[in-house]
Parts: sequence; C-alpha cells; structure tokens
Amino acid sequence: MTAVNEWAFIGIFLAVAWVLPAAPLLVSWIFRPRRANAIKMQTYECGVETVGDTWVQFKVQYYIYGLIFLVFDVELVLLFPWALAYNQLDFFAFGAGLLFIFLLADALVYAWRKNALEWA
Amino acid sequence: MLQLPSLETLNMGAALPAISIAAWACILLLIDLWIPKDRKILTVYLAAGNLVFAFIANLLVFNQSGDSFMGMYVADQFSGVMNLIIIGTALLSIVLSFDYLKRVGIERGEYYVLVLFVTAGAMFMAAANDLILIFVALELLSIPLYVLSAFRAPDIRSEEAGMKYFLLGAFASAFLVFGGAMVYGATGTTNLNEIAASAGMIIASNSSTSLFLLLGAALLLVGLGFKVAAVPFHEWTPDVYEGAPTPVTAFMSVAAKLGGFGSLLRILVVGMSAVTMTAGEPAVWQNVVAILAGLTMIVGNIVALSQANIKRMLAYSSIANAGYILMAVAAAGSPGLANEATRGALVYMLAYMFTNMGAFAVVIAVERANGGADLEHFVGLGKARPMLAIMMVVFMMSLTGIPLTGGFIGKALVFATTLNAGLVWLAIIGVLTSVVSAYYYVRVIVNMFLRDAEASTEEATPGYSTGVQWVAAVALGGTVLLGVLPTLITVLTDRVSLVASITP
Amino acid sequence: MAYYPQLVSLIILIPAIGAFINIFWGARLGEKWVGTVATVASALAFVIAVLLFVYLEGSGYEAVVINPPIFDGWIQIPAGEVVIPWQQRVDTLSSTMMLIITGIGTLIHVYSISYMHGDARFHRYFAYLNMFLAFMLVLVTANNFLMMFVGWEGVGLCSFLLIGFWFDKAHGVGWRNTMAANKAMLLNRIGDFGVVMSVLIMFWTFGTTDYFRPAEIVNVHLAEEAAHAAEAAHSEEGAVAAEGEAANKPGDVVLAQEGEGEGAAAEEAHGEEHSTPGVVYVNNDHIETDQLGVFGQAERFLDEGRVIDIGPVQLPFSTWLTIMTLFLVLGVTGKSAQIPLFTWLPDAMAGPTPASALIHAATMVTAGVYIMVRSNVLFYYAPVTSFVVAMIGALTALVAGFIAMGQWDIKRVLAYSTVSQLGFMVAAVGIGAYAAAIFHLVTHAFFKALLFLGSGSVIHAMEHGHHHAHSHGHGHDDEHHGDDHHDAHEEEFDPQDMRNMGGLRRKMPLTFITYLFGTLALAGIFPFAGFWSKDEILADSWVAGFDNNNLAGYIVFIILLMAAAFTAFYMWRQIVLVFFGKPRTEAAEHAPESSRLITIPLVILGFFSLGIGFMNTPSYVLGLDNIFGAHLFTDRLEYSVSKAHASEFNLLIALGATALAVAAMFLANNIYRRSAIIEARRDPLEMLPTTAPFWSLANARMYWDAFYSRVFARPFTRIAYFLSDVVDWRFLHDYFHDVVIWKGFNAAAQGLSKPVDLGVIDGAVNGVGRVFGWLSSQLRQIQTGYVRTYALSLLVGVVLVILVILLPLLQRG
Repeated sequence: MTAVNEWAFIGIFLAVAWVLPAAPLLVSWIFRPRRANAIKMQTYECGVETVGDTWVQFKVQYYIYGLIFLVFDVELVLLFPWALAYNQLDFFAFGAGLLFIFLLADALVYAWRKNALEWA
Repeated sequence: MLQLPSLETLNMGAALPAISIAAWACILLLIDLWIPKDRKILTVYLAAGNLVFAFIANLLVFNQSGDSFMGMYVADQFSGVMNLIIIGTALLSIVLSFDYLKRVGIERGEYYVLVLFVTAGAMFMAAANDLILIFVALELLSIPLYVLSAFRAPDIRSEEAGMKYFLLGAFASAFLVFGGAMVYGATGTTNLNEIAASAGMIIASNSSTSLFLLLGAALLLVGLGFKVAAVPFHEWTPDVYEGAPTPVTAFMSVAAKLGGFGSLLRILVVGMSAVTMTAGEPAVWQNVVAILAGLTMIVGNIVALSQANIKRMLAYSSIANAGYILMAVAAAGSPGLANEATRGALVYMLAYMFTNMGAFAVVIAVERANGGADLEHFVGLGKARPMLAIMMVVFMMSLTGIPLTGGFIGKALVFATTLNAGLVWLAIIGVLTSVVSAYYYVRVIVNMFLRDAEASTEEATPGYSTGVQWVAAVALGGTVLLGVLPTLITVLTDRVSLVASITP
Repeated sequence: MAYYPQLVSLIILIPAIGAFINIFWGARLGEKWVGTVATVASALAFVIAVLLFVYLEGSGYEAVVINPPIFDGWIQIPAGEVVIPWQQRVDTLSSTMMLIITGIGTLIHVYSISYMHGDARFHRYFAYLNMFLAFMLVLVTANNFLMMFVGWEGVGLCSFLLIGFWFDKAHGVGWRNTMAANKAMLLNRIGDFGVVMSVLIMFWTFGTTDYFRPAEIVNVHLAEEAAHAAEAAHSEEGAVAAEGEAANKPGDVVLAQEGEGEGAAAEEAHGEEHSTPGVVYVNNDHIETDQLGVFGQAERFLDEGRVIDIGPVQLPFSTWLTIMTLFLVLGVTGKSAQIPLFTWLPDAMAGPTPASALIHAATMVTAGVYIMVRSNVLFYYAPVTSFVVAMIGALTALVAGFIAMGQWDIKRVLAYSTVSQLGFMVAAVGIGAYAAAIFHLVTHAFFKALLFLGSGSVIHAMEHGHHHAHSHGHGHDDEHHGDDHHDAHEEEFDPQDMRNMGGLRRKMPLTFITYLFGTLALAGIFPFAGFWSKDEILADSWVAGFDNNNLAGYIVFIILLMAAAFTAFYMWRQIVLVFFGKPRTEAAEHAPESSRLITIPLVILGFFSLGIGFMNTPSYVLGLDNIFGAHLFTDRLEYSVSKAHASEFNLLIALGATALAVAAMFLANNIYRRSAIIEARRDPLEMLPTTAPFWSLANARMYWDAFYSRVFARPFTRIAYFLSDVVDWRFLHDYFHDVVIWKGFNAAAQGLSKPVDLGVIDGAVNGVGRVFGWLSSQLRQIQTGYVRTYALSLLVGVVLVILVILLPLLQRG
C-alpha cells in the first residue's frame, strides 16, 4: 500500500457520497412520464389535493425534535474520533468520554420524561 | 501523540465545591423527574443540601490553595471567599423561592436545578484563570438565568424579560469572546498568568500587538460589564429585573454580579495589571473602569430617584451598587493597591448580598400581601407589620451606607481604597451619589411609617411565610453583624491576595 | 527628499476621504460641491502621483517601500507568527499605473460633472468613483499579494456598484442593469477564486505574500548601479558619508538597496562591501531564503530544484509554480475579461459611460495585466502557463475583435474592442513581452478612455437631439441630462444604436476630431499612440516566434495581425456609421455639441492619444529617437519588471501591419458608405451571401453568452427550482400543523414592541430633589424598552470603552 492509496479512500468516499443521492434521482428521471398530464401537474402526484395556505406554522414539537436531533448529531462528531482512538487512550480520556455520554444521556432522559419525544 | 493529563494533575479536589454543585445539578435534574408534583419540597431540600455540602467543602479547601484542570481553575482565598458569598446567595434565594413559586403556580423542579447551574457558573467564573473557562462559565451562568427570567412563562412580562435578557446577553457574550480572541492573538495564550507574563512586554513594545491587547481588554470589559450591569451596558437591567419572578431577580441581582466581578477582578488584576504605559503607573484600564464606575453610580442613583416600583428601584439600586464595586476594581489598577481593593470589593459584595436579599425578601412579602411592589403598597406598612417594616428600614439604611450596617463597612473600605489610589474625583462622585441615593431609600421608610394608608390594608393576609421570614431574618442578622463586627469577615478577606497568584 | 515617497499613503487616503464626504454629506452638499470635492480629491491624487514620479526620476528609479504611519502592521497574528504588513511600493511600474489611474481618473471626474448632471444619485456616483480610485490605488501600490487582493476586490465592488448604478430605470432597463452588474460580480467571483487560491498557495509555499522584501535588490540594473555606487563610494570619501546617512533614514522609509533594519545578513553584506573593494554584490545571495519576497524565493527554489510536498503527492517546484500561476491566470481572465470569463465586460456597459471609460476600459480591467506583469518572474519561469496565457490573450483578441464587427450598439463595439485589446496585452505577457504589455496598457488607457468619453458625448448629444426633436415646446432644459430621465420615449428610441446616428461630423466637430484621433490610435496608424504599442507587441511576438522558435510566438503573431485588421475595420465602420453620411434620425439631426466640461477632457485625451506613443519610441526609427529618446519607457520599467526587455523595431512588420490596417479601413469605408442599406437598419455584410453567416455569428456574439446560459445558468436555475419547489414545499407541507409557535412569537413580539409603561414621578419631590427628579426623568427617557435601542446603546458603550482604553496608546503615538 503506497501513500496514495491511503488518500484514495477520501476520493472513493467522495464519489460514493455523490452517487448515493444521485442514483435514485437518476432512476426516477428515467422512469418518470415525460409528457405533462393532469396528475403530473398536481403538487402531489398521489392525488392528494393541497389544502390551505403556504404560510403555515410548524408544530412547536418539531423544533424540540430538531434540537434533540442536533444534540445527538453533534455528539456523533465528537464521539466518533474518541471511539476510533479508543484503544490508545488512557483512563482520563475514557473518563472524559464517559462524562460526555453521561451529560447527553442526562439530557435525553430529561427530555424523554418531559414527553419531548412524544409526537402528539 | 497528544499529551493527556492524568487524574492527579487535574487536582479536582481543589475545585470540589463548584464541581459538586454542577454534578449534582445534572443528577438532580433526573431525580426531580420522579418526584411527584405535590412533593417538590424534596427537590428544595436536595438542592439546599447540596449547597450546604458545597459550603462545607469550600471551608475545607479554603486554605489549600492550588489550581486544578491544568491551571484553568484556581482555588485560592479569593475564590474561597467568593464561593462563600455565592453559595450563601443561592441558599437564601432557594429558601426565598419555594413559597413564591407555589403561590404563583410555577412550582417546577427545574427551577432549583437552574439555580444550581447558575451558582456553579458563578463559582467557576470567580475561580477561572483562563479566558476559555471564563467564557464557558459565563455561559453556564447566563443561559440558566435567561430561562429563569422567563420562568413565569405565560406571564408576558416574564417572557419579555427572558427574551430581552437572552438577546442582549448573546450580544454581550459575543464581545467577550471577541475580546478573548484578540487577547489570545496578542499574547498567544489564554492563561491569565501567562497573559500577565507577556502583557507588560507587549505594551512596552509599542507595536500594533499592544493595540490588539488593549482592544481585547476593552471587549472583555464590555462583556463582563454587561453581566454586572455597568452603565452604559445596563439598559436591560430594569426591564429584566421587573419582569423576572421576584426571587429570581433577587438571586440574579447578586449572583450574576458576583460571577462578573469575580472574573473581572481576575482578568484585570491577575492578567492585566502589568498593562501600563510606563512601569509604576496605574494600569491602562484604570481610567475606563473609573469612568464606567462614575457613570454607573450617577445614572443608577439618579434614575432610581424617579422609580415608583420598588422592584425597579432596587434594579437601579443594584446598578448603582455595581458602580461602587467598580470603584474598587478601578482602584485595583494602581500599583500595590490590588489586594486592598480586592478585599474592599469582597466585603462590599458580601454586605450587598445580605442587604439585597433581605430587601427582596421584604418586597416578596409585601407583594404577596398587598398584591404589588409599588411605593404605594408600602404605605402604612409600619403600622400593619412593624417587624417587616423595621427590617426594611435596616436594609434601606444599609443600602444608603449608614454606620452600624454592612453597607457602611463596604462603602467605607471601597472609598478608602479609591482615595488611596488617587482617584479623588471618583470618590467624590461616590459620596455625592450616596447622598442622592439616600433620598429614594429614605422615601421608602417615609412611606412605610410617616404616611397613613387611605384604605386600610389591615385585613390582608399575614405578610410572610416561614421561608421569607427566615431569609429576612438571616439577611438582617448578616447586615447588622457585618456592620457591628466587621472583623468577622475581614479576617477572611485579609488573607485574599490576587496579585500573589501571578507568580505561582 | 527622503520624505517624498511617504506621500503614497495619502494617494489612497485622499480619494477615500472624498468618497467618505460624498457618501455621507453628498446629498446635502449639492451637485456643485460634490463634483468639486470628488474632482479635487482625484486631482490631488494625481499631483501626488506626479510628485512620486518626479521622486523616482530623481532617485534613479530605486523602488521604495513605505509603511504608512500609525498603521505599522496590517495582519499580525503573533501567536501564529503571521505578519502581513500594509506596505506600499513605489517603483516605476506602480508609478506608471498611478499616473494613469489618477490622470485619466481626474479627466473623467471633470467629464462626469457634466455628464451626470441632474442625476438623482449624483453624489453617490462620485462617491463610488472616488472609492474606486482609492481601491485601484491600493491595488497598484500594494507590496504584497494580499493587499493587492484588497484592492482587487474593492475595485470589483465599485465596478459592480457602477454597472448597476441605474438599477431603477423604467421599462425593465433597470432590471437589465442589475443583471449586468450581477453577471460581472459572479464571473469575477470565479476569477477571484483563482486569485485566492493562488495567493494561498503562495503563502503556503513561501510563508509570505510580499512581492519583494525591502532588503532585496530587485534586478540587475539596480545591482549594477549599486556596484557603481559602491565603486564611487570607495573613490570618494563624501559618498560614503552620504550612503551612511541614507542608511539612517526613518524606519518607515526603506530604500530597496539599503535593507535597513532587515536582519543581520544584509548589514553584514553591506559592511563587507565596504571592506573589500572590487567585490560587489550584484545579487541577493546574502539574504536568507525565507527573508526574500515571493519572487526572490521562487527563483531561489528553482535554482535549488526544490520539491514541494503536498500531502500524498510530491511535485517539483516548477510544476507547483505552474499551478500557482494558472490559478492567477484564472483571476486575470475574470478581471481582465479574457476567454472564458469575458462575457461580463460587454454587459458592463450598462453603467454610466464615464464610469465605463474609467473602470471598464482604462484602469480596472487592466489590473489583470498589471498583476501578471508584476509577477513577471513567476510567469517567466512557468512556460506552460505562459503558453496558456498567450493563447488566451490571442484568442480573446481575435474573438472579441470579430464580435465587435457585428454590433450596432456604439458602446458595445467599444466594449468588445476593449476585450480585444486586453487580449493583445495578455498575449504580450504570454510571449514574455512584459514591457510591451504595459506600454500597450498605457496607450490603450488613453485612447480607449477617449473613445468611451467620445461615445458618451455622442450618446448624450443623441439624447438631447431626441428630446429636442420630440418636445420643441420645452426648448432646452438642463434637467434632462444623464441617462436617467427618459421615460416614455426611451422604449422605442435607443440613443446608443449606431443606426440612429450618422452625419454627426458636422454637428459635433470637436467630438468628431477627437474620436477620429482615438480611432486612428486604436487602429494603429502612424504616428498615433496605438501604432507604437501594438507594433511593439507584434515585433516581440515575431522575435519570440521566428527568432527564438517559440510556438506561442508564431501563433500570437498571426492571430494578433488578424485581430489588428479587425480592429481597424470595426473602428472605421463605427466612424462611418456615426459621423459620416447623412443624419438618419431626427435625433441625429438635432444633436448638439457637448459642453466644455465634456469636450476639454476629450481634447486632452486626444492630445495624449496622439503623443503618448513617443515615450517609448524604438531606436533607429526615422531619427525619432534623437528627439524623444529610445525606449525610455521600457528602460524605466525595467527597474521594477526584472524580466522586461526592450524590443527592436522591425520596419517590415510596422509597414505591413499599418498597410493591413489601412486596407481594412478602406474596406470598411467602401462597405459602409453605401448608406441605403443602413437606412433599412441592416448591415451591408448581412446582405452579402458570402459574409452573411459570419456577420450573424458576430452579431449574435458567437453565441457565447447563450452557450453559458444554456450550460451553466439554466441547469443551475433548475436545481434551485428543484430545491425550492420539491424539497422545501413537501418538507414544509408534511408538517402542516398547528399554530403554537406563532402564538408564542406573537406574544413575545407584542411584549417587545409595547414600550414598557413609564410611570409618573412621585408628587412628593421638592428642593434639590426636583432637580434630580428632572435629571432622572431625562435619563430614563433612554429606557425605551426596545431591545434594539439597548443594543445600540451597548454598542455606543463599546466604542466609548475602546476609545478611552486606547487613548494612552494614541497619545504615545
């Protein structure tokens, strides 16, 4: 394995990152009807009529969901390198990671108990 | 490979008081979830117990100065005394709150958790020896306070207070961070000791780096000046104090100031005292702080004159008091005076803590009995509830600075160190504004005793619950004790020396 | 003497102050004062440019690097040991650019006073113009690439603002102007990406972006002179003393040769020079590599054959240099409107004509050429890049020249002509004729500014004539100047369409004569300026191709010859269409000669278009060099452009090119004098079956813009639509639900917007209390309850704190 190949993973990753979202788009592009017809021109092609105004408000629950999601999204970024280097770390780093997980779990339990995860 | 610190080098024991509060707050948040709604008193006990534990822990580590977290946290006598005051504030305000929350119908366990977080934040701020920790602690202090301000949520005033505080607080935090970044850019470090080591050289080098250093200092000053409500960064104060639930107001008018002044003193005295144009002169920031102090005293006291609402009046009074503490901070810029000024500020803060908590306790009692906290609601209090009125008289006298109260001792020390620093004009402003302040403090007394209520409020409910009663009594005791026997606290404060920690 | 070069910091400051005054007080000052302020600022800058020129003449052309006072470091991050100084460089190249920018700039300011008269945003126009001067001067006086980039972006901004200046014109014209401005901005962004990349690579590679460090000797000429000086110093005692004195100049004036305060190495070398007579340092060997500027380090790296290690790949430095310069070339194609990014420039003519003349003809668009010549060392050692540059330039010259032949809009012809001429300059850089490129830049600045201003005069007159023809009753009124005030008629009447003109020769004789001068200069007819500069490029490419066997030279020579023929053709076509024949519309019939403020700059520029070429007369031409001296300009330039060289005059090329141009002009004359077809609003070439396809290709701008819009713009728009319609819509719709958050926000907003109740002062105020009570109520007025007010007062506080804390620093100086 030469040095170049180590870097090639990034290139492969980039390519895959492009291909994955592009593939379904491409497939639907191939199979979709070209000619406009009444059903195609509808907002939802499944036949549901749109109702009401565009300027609607989101349910407040959505924002709470979003916030919680964000917390765990960021968590991933921080924990991933920690997990990767796990076997090289000493007790201190282990403890720091645990503390971090504890804080997040703390918040999650709180949110859970407070019914923040209910979608009602 | 990254050099990871071991547990020993962290030396967490020195930071035990603050850490215990922060950790317990996290746990209490969970415990509270399983405490049924009608037994929230348990949460209060758990929170208070933690505070008592931290208080004791603080006494234990009081004499073991050392730093933990690789020099980020310094446990010395300064942070020891600050912790005492901060924990005291938190205890008093928790006791003050329970009854109030029940009455207003916002009895939720998160309240106490948030108070604990603020307390931990303030303690970290007072002990932080690193710009990064100062910022983190500041946010730990601020964000729960935003929530607390809006804690009476459906109430529109409370929501407004929280919103305003949040918007402006974020604005001010940004300045603090920017200032920190500039100082880092100029000195290459965020550690206050290391900043102190290179600051003098930088300022003498006459390069544009000194510009960055001073800009950074100015912006740090702005960020913390906002927290302590110094003029001209004070405008949020009256609105927020008025809108927030009263116990929260009491708590934040003291705790936020304590944290802010703790950090301010650390940054300016430990980090920046060498920032002088020529050696032996006062530090460059002295002028700014003195001007801020003067402005704060003038504006705070004069605007307080025309307030009809006691909460609002106390808000402006707290602005004015920040001005007196800032006087001490300014004096700390003169060479050789740093320790004396720091001690003065500490005593002043302690006295202010007792007095202010007491005054707010009375206000809560009056609010509860008479349905409001306007000056009118105090009319005839002397007859209706003489004990309460007499307590209020003592607190008002202490705020004015009349001898035999804690406020007098605090003011006397602060004025003395200001005069020693040669800031005569500032001391004169301080004395004059004190005289002005007497007017509106005395007006409360006048209203309580010398005016008769047109409509009798005799049949109103008894004015104070046990909690409020206790707080008022403790505050009264503290205020008077400090006024009569100042040595009790000066014994502690005399051992505080910030400057010595420059050379660890 | 020593303090003269300090003025260079003022040359930026003065236009900046002018812009500042006009932007803030312009609306109140009134047109007269606005024009005066702006013009005086520009004129003062010109005076400074002249003084700097004189200084350079007096000091033997040695480059001077100035640290402006107070502002000693620009970007300094001590923690990262990054220091990028704000240094200005006065040398022959920047001095040349400064003279052009401020000189032509001043004339255009004068011209604009009349041209923009009555415009609603008169003051803003002049503020932009001054701002442009300031940024352009930053660009050319910078001593490092980053500072240059500040100017580069700044002029881009001003260009954007001025192209879209009439964004509010009626009938969709304003929209078109805005789109033109956006187009310029976007295409330049692509180019700027290249510049940023290039500068980053430079910084990464060399650790500096300085052109030269003050200690360096820029090139051989100076070194030789230094040697002479040193010899002289040894023979004459006095000179030694003088030199010693020179070394003790104030710290902020650093003479290039002295290397004052620049490390021990330089000092040491200096000392040696004195101790060992005969040994003379003619190079920078005594300076550590990392103490050199970008160019010095690049040469050093090449000598060492250094290998650059970027992550997984290792590149020889020469390859790395090629990458670096190619990115820079991308920037050049943006700013100097070369293929592939040239399409913005013709559209940029939407701006006011004098602004087009200054920015999009004379100065800003030449910034790309300037920066390439400035970094001539890099290009010299990057043959691949040079080849690319030569091809880009030559192709652009040809393509734009071709398109220009098929346009009807008087300004559009000139715009394409500008693109074409810029192509000449770029091609010249590509074949290594740096001096010729700058020479052509200078002459072109004069005659193209002249042509633009002339066309502005024509357009102005056409509008007047149109107005006159359509509203006799109104008579003449000054209110209706500028392009801004034409409402109803404008739709059907285009004052820039050459088909509407004709016969203006008699109506506006002064404009005609100056325009003719400009045309002859552009076409390269002896003895006008363009002849000399264009000939030098051709001669250089001939030498490069046929003598030095450089492939680029052949290609460039042949293509440029064709482009030159095109140039002569379309310019003469324009002359004929605009000035000869009979007036084809009533507007042309009634077109008046323009006012003094417009014609005087025309005359001055006309004079220069005639005479400026003589400053670089080649040797042995009709004995002219006895009068004007031989290639003075190039000699002067060589002090700052180390790879520049004077070219030899080639009589055959000169004669051939001139003959070609004259022939093209005759051809154009013959074709377009038949005005009957033009009456029918068609082009004679369009009618001929053989030339018709070519003509329509040119008229459609070779479908270049259409191609871009199809390939880039439209798919981009589609993606944007996809994102907004499908993703956003569905996403939004999925969560079509309750109103909770709305209520919350509404409540908060109401709370914020309702001023907190103000209360009343207690009645029991008396005595002193009354005074304080009054004060108190005054002070609480500030307490409005609005967060925005609080934030503002907080900001004021911040400023105050900063000012007070910095006061001691300022006192110290």
